[in-house]
Order: sequence, then structure tokens, then C-alpha cells
Amino acid sequence: MPEPAKRPKRKNPVLRTRQPTLPPASRSRVALGLTAAAARGRLELQVCHDCGAVQYPPREVCRACLSHRLVWRLQDGCGELLTETVLRNAQELFFRERLPWRVGIVRLDAGVNVIAFVHTNAGAAPCRVRVDAALDRAGQAVLIAGPEHGRPDLSEDPKLREMTCDPRSRKILVTDGKSALGQAVVRALGQAGAEHIWIGEAEPWKMAPGFEALRELPKAMIVPLDVTDGNSVRELAGEIGGKVDILVNTCDCHRTFSIASRRGIETAQLEMDVNYFGLLRLAQEFAPVLKARAADEPTNAIAWVNLLSIFALSNYPPHGTYSASKAAAFSLSQALRAELGPAGVRVINLFPGPIDDEWDQLGQPPKLSPAAAATAVVEALEGSLEDVYPGDVARDWLARHLDNPKALERELSEGAQ
Amino acid sequence: MPTRAAYDDVVLAAPVTVPYVRYSIKSAHWFLGRAVAELIAAAKIPKARIDGLAVASFTLAPDTAVGLTQHLGLTLRWLDHVPMGGASGIVSIRRAARAVQSGDAEIVACIGGDTNHTDSFRRNTASFSQFSQDAVYPYGSAGPNASFAFLTDYYMRKYGAQREDFGKLCVAQRNNALKNPLALLKKPLTLDQYLNARLVADPLRLFDCVMPCAGAEGFLVMRRGIAESLGLRYARLLGAIERHNAFPDDPVQYRGGWALNGEELYQQAGIGPDDIDFLESYDDYPVINVLQFEGLGFCREGEGATFIRANTFETAGTFPLNTSGGQLSVGQAGAAGGHLGIVEAIRQLTGETLGARVPNARHGLVSGFGMINYDRGICCGAAVLAAA
Amino acid sequence: MTAAKKAEVTTPATDLRAILSAVMASGGIRLVDLTQTLSPDFPPIVLPPEMGQSRPFRMEEISRYDDRGPAWYWNNVSFGEHTGTHFDAPIHWISGRDRPNNSLDTLPLEHFIAPACVIDCSTEAGADADFLLTTGHIAAWEKQHGRIVAGSWVLMRTDWSKRTDPVAYQNLDETGQHTPGPDPDCVRLLVKERDVLGFGTETIGTDAGQAAHFAPPYPCHYYMHGAGKYGLQCLCNLDRLPATGALVIAAPLKILDGSGSPLRVLAIVPASSGSG
Repeated sequence: MPEPAKRPKRKNPVLRTRQPTLPPASRSRVALGLTAAAARGRLELQVCHDCGAVQYPPREVCRACLSHRLVWRLQDGCGELLTETVLRNAQELFFRERLPWRVGIVRLDAGVNVIAFVHTNAGAAPCRVRVDAALDRAGQAVLIAGPEHGRPDLSEDPKLREMTCDPRSRKILVTDGKSALGQAVVRALGQAGAEHIWIGEAEPWKMAPGFEALRELPKAMIVPLDVTDGNSVRELAGEIGGKVDILVNTCDCHRTFSIASRRGIETAQLEMDVNYFGLLRLAQEFAPVLKARAADEPTNAIAWVNLLSIFALSNYPPHGTYSASKAAAFSLSQALRAELGPAGVRVINLFPGPIDDEWDQLGQPPKLSPAAAATAVVEALEGSLEDVYPGDVARDWLARHLDNPKALERELSEGAQ
Repeated sequence: MPTRAAYDDVVLAAPVTVPYVRYSIKSAHWFLGRAVAELIAAAKIPKARIDGLAVASFTLAPDTAVGLTQHLGLTLRWLDHVPMGGASGIVSIRRAARAVQSGDAEIVACIGGDTNHTDSFRRNTASFSQFSQDAVYPYGSAGPNASFAFLTDYYMRKYGAQREDFGKLCVAQRNNALKNPLALLKKPLTLDQYLNARLVADPLRLFDCVMPCAGAEGFLVMRRGIAESLGLRYARLLGAIERHNAFPDDPVQYRGGWALNGEELYQQAGIGPDDIDFLESYDDYPVINVLQFEGLGFCREGEGATFIRANTFETAGTFPLNTSGGQLSVGQAGAAGGHLGIVEAIRQLTGETLGARVPNARHGLVSGFGMINYDRGICCGAAVLAAA
Repeated sequence: MTAAKKAEVTTPATDLRAILSAVMASGGIRLVDLTQTLSPDFPPIVLPPEMGQSRPFRMEEISRYDDRGPAWYWNNVSFGEHTGTHFDAPIHWISGRDRPNNSLDTLPLEHFIAPACVIDCSTEAGADADFLLTTGHIAAWEKQHGRIVAGSWVLMRTDWSKRTDPVAYQNLDETGQHTPGPDPDCVRLLVKERDVLGFGTETIGTDAGQAAHFAPPYPCHYYMHGAGKYGLQCLCNLDRLPATGALVIAAPLKILDGSGSPLRVLAIVPASSGSG
């Protein structure tokens, strides 16, 4: 039976805080191909280039013809749940704390057997199911067998819900709630059922259209936060850090200059101070307390979301210094992921294409509206994703980058000329 | 199919058991070293006459048979490390037999054993197999319980076996164990207790699972002439097979590799299933016993439940099974699990049993199975032994 | 003047020290700090986003008696030249860019100590954020306190520094900033007919918040710096100064080619005089 999350009760303050445990995180390198796809919300398996056989578990040479040319391909996951069991006992602390577990073997129509978690909404073996990939709390790919039609809603399964970072009933800090994007994110999280949203505001003397209306939102509070000022970050972390379940970093300084089109580094310094050092300041002050609360009850710290940019993957020369600052932030976010990983706090990066804001007025469509970007944030939290590329431009650039990054580099410089 | 070379005068002698304990602070080297010490004492030979060694162990790491060789001060003409879990015993016999037949070695010690620390299970599973790491452990079952739960559930639904059928085997094996002074599980087991024990992984319950422990088993392989010159009792090797990764396209494992080579085994041995007086099967879970009944020709595929209902499995029964109690009642000393049945078979055939004896035992069949690499056991083997 | 001479004070050192010590000991003078604390919270000047931005004050701790430095505490600080209580040099404005001795490192030393005339507009500015100081106000002040002496600072007291909420201090709306300042005629008078040393305010600029729309735009900057004169901004405690008689010490940092810097502004006030 589906079980939507209930609103959690308050914590008993005299009880010791629970410490986070994780499912087994070891994977062979070849198995990490599953993780790379799951991070983007995809189920991919290796397919032999020469004989077409699908492979599972992941391996180095084809199980049928020994070819070493195995390619990861998207799968539909349809198959038959052949057998299942309920684990009543476990050796690993993580599983032991959450017994029992329903697992089964699915024979995919693609021709391989997979062991998978069985969603509470799936039928009893034998029955048709659809297998999907998700990220577990160790950040590794796991397979989930859900009902035959539609995507399994992980939030409806009390065990599997933990693989998402569902914002429902969570307390969330949006670091910049003042920009058009930030306001959209605040509203979207409110609609997704957040329990409370802190709305970060820097430079309170500057007005932004639409921001005043956020003061009227129930369950929201505007708080001072200037990520270029270490004191500001430290003070806010001290005040609310112990309550934040999800941190969404929307701070973004976006200017549209290349190297030659702006003399001096003042503007680039500002971009770096917000986009890169701002993330570093936030990480230094908030990461420790999020880690400490990663298994807190009744709601724990679960996610850190960064609004990066597709320009972080490959520099867009007309916004050259901006691209570099987002690339620096991307790199740092990987370090942040390594730090938060052992506690099971997920770092989710969004790489949108150009957003339809005042800095990209002359950019040609398609551009991503702030509302669409905000929807992508919510979907990333509700799903089990780590790398998100919202919008057509982002997906297009990603495909080009994966196909041939040097070609993309050339294409982006041509566009600049 | 080409006929296989006979085993002529290959014999197995000096069955030894290093008594099992639930936990030990000693390393595997201690248990395996004691096994070799017991072997040379039982055979009344100096250590230097052991010129071949086949070792199976999970907890010997970082050593293999190589490290153990130096540890025990052996100088060998023939050395093998057999990493096939519960099939290692049978495979050791096959290797050693050809070695002594060809003159590559004269007396081969075949030993299997493991220690059991409180964290042994966690350490062993962490380094067990790549597929387990990538595709099993992330789903909650560190260890084979889930995989065998799947097998059991599938077999029961496919062929209509009931839990009572499996329970009958467990109860009988426990009865056999009651007379074995070395068995770790010493209390009688009733069918009721079996059926109502706490769940481990549906449908498996407590008494479907072995108790991991520390211990070792061993025996010597040599030519008959050597055994007689030493004045040793022995069992003759009539036939032996192994098969690995049989039926990889079966969606769930419901038949083992014995089904592929069972006929050859009996052909080589020159006897049939009806001539077998007792079966020492690999019993890490009751359902595997059933796969061995079917694969080794004692009943047809899918008719295991019928076979169980038509027989009794105590040493005095119609089909003596795991006459010392099997792993389910004696304990599983890691890789020694696959040697336990061989050692018991030698004892039965030489008339020197620790516990109850099968009356008029002339031929015994020992079977091995092991290495649940991902979703099925990969290795299996079987051997037919005869009294002298 | 030779460099050596430029660095000297014109009064014999022993006499001056004796006089000052005696006067201070007798309680004859008091010091007033006209400087806002330099902190990350102090609002910086706001420019349109397309322009280069002046940085607010920032501190990054290097160590604090810890593994980064066991026995010491210190910081790296950064700021725009025109952050917090600060001094504007003539080179800051386009009209002053060719004047001699127009950058911080070349300013005449004797300008760093000067008398101050404090014009109290606190009531008017309290009523109207866009209040402008006019020649009429100057005339009225001089009628009461005498003619403004050449080489004096003219400080416009508005009590704006009492607005401790940064939003109120900046006072921005959709039409820009609304803070008091001098009108163009007033500035021209002070520059051409009074030869003042410079103009000082409690607000974030010497010009009024709406001065972009004046003719010329930013007349205080334009005319003062164009004539080689100075600005002081974000002052406080002007309400503790007499209308005349205070001596202001305002010595900016000696930055190579500097256009301005935060600084400590002190006033020496005769103890007998009340605030103006």
C-alpha cells in the first residue's frame, strides 16, 4: 500500500543524536557506469557492440562473445519478477537499522537477471515489473523493481523514500531568495510541501521586483546572508545551521564579459567571490553541521543543491569569466560531495543552460525560465538524482561534451566570433 | 563422448577433523596446521613424506597455500590452492588423484579449514567476489541468505515443494548429528521447531542456515600400494566430476552442474545411483540437498519433494544422508564445509566412524557445491568412493 | 619645497608637544572620533550593475591563536578605496585628473590638519531625505558664526549617521538613492568664493543621492575635485562638534596613485565649547 510521508513530530532534545550509516559503497570501476547513469536518472546497462548481448552485473568483456567493446545504453527496465524474499536479518548496520527489506530477482526482457529492491507497490512474484535505477544513500546506483507502468514513486515506499531528498516536510535554506531564480525556487519548494524555508538576502537596501511578496509567504522567513562575507555566513550557520535539512545554493553573480571585453579583474573577482568563494564559505560553515545531523530524527539533513551552469562544463567565451567561476564552483562541489558523502548527505548539481534573466537579454532562445529551473530543483530533490541538466540547451551541450569535448570547445568559440 | 581415464588405484585415507569451535582467536594457519599434524599422526608418517598439498580456506588471506607451505615447513613437489568454496574438497580429490597417478606426487594432503573471528563474516564477504560487491551487497544481504532464499522460493513455487519437505531433511540430519561427538549443534530438532523458527529471509528460517565456525578437515590421497605399505585403511576412488557455471541461462538456479555430468560419473565409477549406500551432500541450505538428489540421479528433475516424502534419511533409514549431521548440524568451518562429507565418507567406508555407522556401506557418494558469486552457485563436483 | 622640508612640521617639536600635553592634561581639549567602525556590515556605495563595483569591507582571518598561527591573531582585509568613513582625493574625479598633487601619495601634508565649519541641517534632513544645502543656508550660517575661513573643511551635519539600519542609511527606491547634499550653486560658492579645503558629509557620498540628475551631475565631486579640493564621507558624531573651532585631523593612507581611502577622522575640540 502506498504510504505518503507523515508530518514528523518534534525531536526529544535529551536523546543522543543518531549517527549516519551507509549501505555498502564499494563498486568496481566498471560498475560505476551504472552510477553515472543513475546520477542522471537513467537506467543504463552495457550492450555488446559486436553481438548485442546485454550484460549484468557490469563487466569488462561480453559474457557471450568475449568482445571488449561494451557500450552503456539506456534500458526500459521491463521484465518479470521471478522470485522475492524479505530480509529479516542483516550484517550491515545500515540495513540492520531499517529491517525488513523486500528484494527480488527480475529477469529483464533484455535478457539478464538483476537483483533489485522491490517497491511496495509492485505485485508479488511472479509478475511483470519495471526496473529503474536510483542512487542509494551511499551515492551508488541500485536497482528498484516497481509496478509495470509508470515510474515507481520512491516517496510512496517508506524504505525507498530515503533514496530521495524529498523536500516535503523539510526545512530548507535558499541562499539567495531575491533573484528571479531564487524567488522561483522559494515558491516551488513551498508548493512541494517544505515545512519551512529560510530565504537568504544580501544587500537589503537593494530592492528586487517580486521579493516583497515573499515576506507574505507562510512558513518562510527572510534572513540576512551575504556569501561574500564570512561573518554573515558564520552567523547564519550558527543561528539556523542546526535546523537545515536541505541547502539550496542559488547565489549567482552572472556578468557577460569575455577576457578582452572588460579591462581589469574587478568584475571577475566579484563573480568568483560569489560563485566560488561563496560556495566555499557556505561549505565551511554549513557542511559540518549538516553532516552531524545526517541521521538526526525525526528529519535529518539530506541534501545540498548547487545551481551551477552548463557553462561549467565547457567555457562559453562571451561569458568567459562567468564560465570560469562556475567551473571553479563545479570542481569545489565535487570536493564537497566527497566530504558530505560519508554522512549520506547528497550533493546535487544543476547545470542549466542560459536562464532568461536580465543578464542574458540578448541570448537567443531557447532560454530556461526561472520557474522551469526551479521545477528542475524540486524534481531533482524528489527523485534520486545527482547531476541534472535542465532544459534543451543544457542537454544539447552535455551531449556534445560527452561526444567530443574538443569539438564543443570549437563550436562555442565560433559562436563567440 | 570420450571416456575419461579411470582412477585405477587412487585411494583416500587418514580422515581427520580438527574439532569445530564457534569462535576462535587463532588464525586459519592454526587449524590447517593442526589438520596436517593430525594427518601425519594418523598415517604414522614423517612430515617430509607429504610431498603434495591442496588447500581450501577463506581466512588464510593474505596467505594462500604458498604461505602455508612455508608456515608449516613443508617442501612439496605439488601444490594447489583451491578457491571453490564447498566444491574445493571434490576438486582437490580430482587434482590430487591425477597427481599421484602420474607420479607427480606420492602422498597429497587435502585440507580445508577456516578460523572464525567475530568479524570474520564481514571481512570475508568484503573480499568475496566482484559481482557480489557490485550487485548483491547493495541490496542488504551481505552473504548468501538472500540468494538461497530466492532459490528456495523459486524451487518451491516451480515444483510444489513444501517447507515440511525441507524440514524432514534437517530433522534427520540433526538426528544423525546427535551421535557425532564433534557436532556443534547438540539439541534434537523437531519438525515443529523447524517450521516455526524465526524468519531469516523469507522463506528461510533459522534452521535452514548453517552455523559458521572455526575448524578444519583433511585426508590423504595416494596410490593403494602406498596405503597398504603404511598399513592404512582406505577408501577407493571410483569416479569424480566437476562442473562450473552450468546452465547460465536458467533464470534462477533450479538445477546444479551435476545434471550435466552425472551420467559420466556413474559410468566412470562403473555403478549406478541404486548402488549408492549413503550420500554426503553439500547442505549449506536444504534446497541444495534437493538439487543434488535430482542432479545426481536419485530422482528425476522436479521430483525432489516426492523423493523426500518416500524416504528416511537417518543412518538407519532408506537413504542415509549426511551421516555425521552435515553442515547444518555439525557447523560450517568455512571452506572445510566441502571436505566434511569426504572425511565422513572415508570414515563410513573404512568402518571408523565417530558416530552412527551406515550398515554394510560399500559405496558412498560425496558431493560439493560452492561460490555463490552473484545469484547462483558456480562450482560443483561429486565423487564416488568405495570400500576397500 | 624639498622633500625633507615637506615632511617637517613648521612649529618646533618641543613647543608643540608641551602645549598639547599641557592643554590635554588640563582638560582643555577633547577628542571626538568622527569615524564609523570599518566592518563588513557597513553598506558600500551602490552603482548600476553594469559598472565596476566598489567592494565592501571584508575580513578573512589568517589565524587566531590556532594551528594556522599559534600565538597570533591577524586578518587579511579588503575594501574599495571609497569604503566606510573615507577621503576623496582630486584624482578621484575626471575634473581633477590633471591637477598637480592630486593623489593620496602626493597630497600636501599640511592639509591633513585643518579647521572645520559644521553646518547643522539635521532638522531639515530629518524631514526631507532629498534636502539640499543652498547658498541661502550658507548665508544664514555665516550670519551667525562668521565667514567661512579659507582652507577649512565644511562639514554638513544631517545626523544621517544615526541611521544604523543599512536599508535606511542607503535609502534607495525605484528612483534611486535619496540622501541630502549640497546643490550646485552652493558648491560653486564654497569652491570659488570661500576656497574651502573640502566638503564632508555623514552620507555615503559628498553629493546628494539624486545628484546624477543635477547640472552638472555630481556637482560636489565635479567642482571640488576639479579645484584640487577633497571630500570626506560617512562621518559621524558631527553633532558633538561646535559650529566653529574644531580642528580636524584627516590623513588618508599613502596609496600609490590612490583616489581615496578609509581613514581615521579625529576632531580636536576645545573642551569649553558645546556641540553646535
